[in-house]
Amino acid sequence: MTAAALIAILLGMVLLLIRTLLGPTLYDRVLAVNSFGTKTVLALGLLGFVMGRPEFLDIAILYALINFVSTIAILKFFRYRSFQVPLTGRTGTGGQGGKRNV
Amino acid sequence: MSDPVQADIGLALVNILLLGILFVVALSIARIRSLFAIVMLSGVYSLVSAVWYVVVDAVDVAFTEAAVGAGMSTVVLLGAMLLTSRTVKPDKKFARLGPALVVIATGIMLIYASVDLPALGDPTSPVNTGVGLTYLQVNWADTGIPNVVTSVLGSYRGYDTLGETSVVFIAGLAVALLLGFGERSLADSIRKGDRLPTPRESEPAKDEDDAS
Repeated sequence: MTAAALIAILLGMVLLLIRTLLGPTLYDRVLAVNSFGTKTVLALGLLGFVMGRPEFLDIAILYALINFVSTIAILKFFRYRSFQVPLTGRTGTGGQGGKRNV
Repeated sequence: MSDPVQADIGLALVNILLLGILFVVALSIARIRSLFAIVMLSGVYSLVSAVWYVVVDAVDVAFTEAAVGAGMSTVVLLGAMLLTSRTVKPDKKFARLGPALVVIATGIMLIYASVDLPALGDPTSPVNTGVGLTYLQVNWADTGIPNVVTSVLGSYRGYDTLGETSVVFIAGLAVALLLGFGERSLADSIRKGDRLPTPRESEPAKDEDDAS
């Protein structure tokens, strides 16, 4: 059962890879890579159970953290064309709470 | 998956799928012209290879690959993209024939050499008979850590690992201080009266394939 789920997730990874390759716009690719990272986390979790060692879940959690941070970094890069801008505290950035000045 | 033969077939299938994905990603990194797509695909490559490292039981390598490959290097490559153009220059049709021949020859030699390697987990291989066997025997009684690699890195060579980590941390810190990343250069640019980079509302980010 877990093995079938693992194979299904790997096939999902293939589909997301196709979207990353074709992706007409940039955001398609960012979204595809982010989902790919999520699939990786799920695959690692299942892999631990398939191989009889569920302690691999720790690694899956680490991957989830890295995936989140790097997606935020990529999106920040494409909004500001720079990494040196603080994410909070700027007015007029389109964010909901950007009231304070730098 | 109680049947071991069935489990073996399942793992082989997982291996084939993962390595196939790696192959396709590597091939398309070599073919695609848009640098942004290449950065994204290199992130995908790191993630998949990290999963594959877990499958072949190299958990510590998988940790490093995930942190450095998928996390850091994507961000570093995006930073490098700021300083250059967004697409690869198209090159002549047969300009890369020589490098391709070198790569293919190296690959054939590596495959030829890999025939002599002992099988994965072979108990009679040199790695598993000398010092490795001693570590396998005394590890559990000494440290109580199930993963032998972790126990060697964190316990037997704990001070060594601590020193390495400190050296890498200090090196990274020194580079960051020399280049002046972050708050200081931001404060400098504000003092000089430069405009901060503004969000590009009017100009939606297009993919580089058509923005060139």
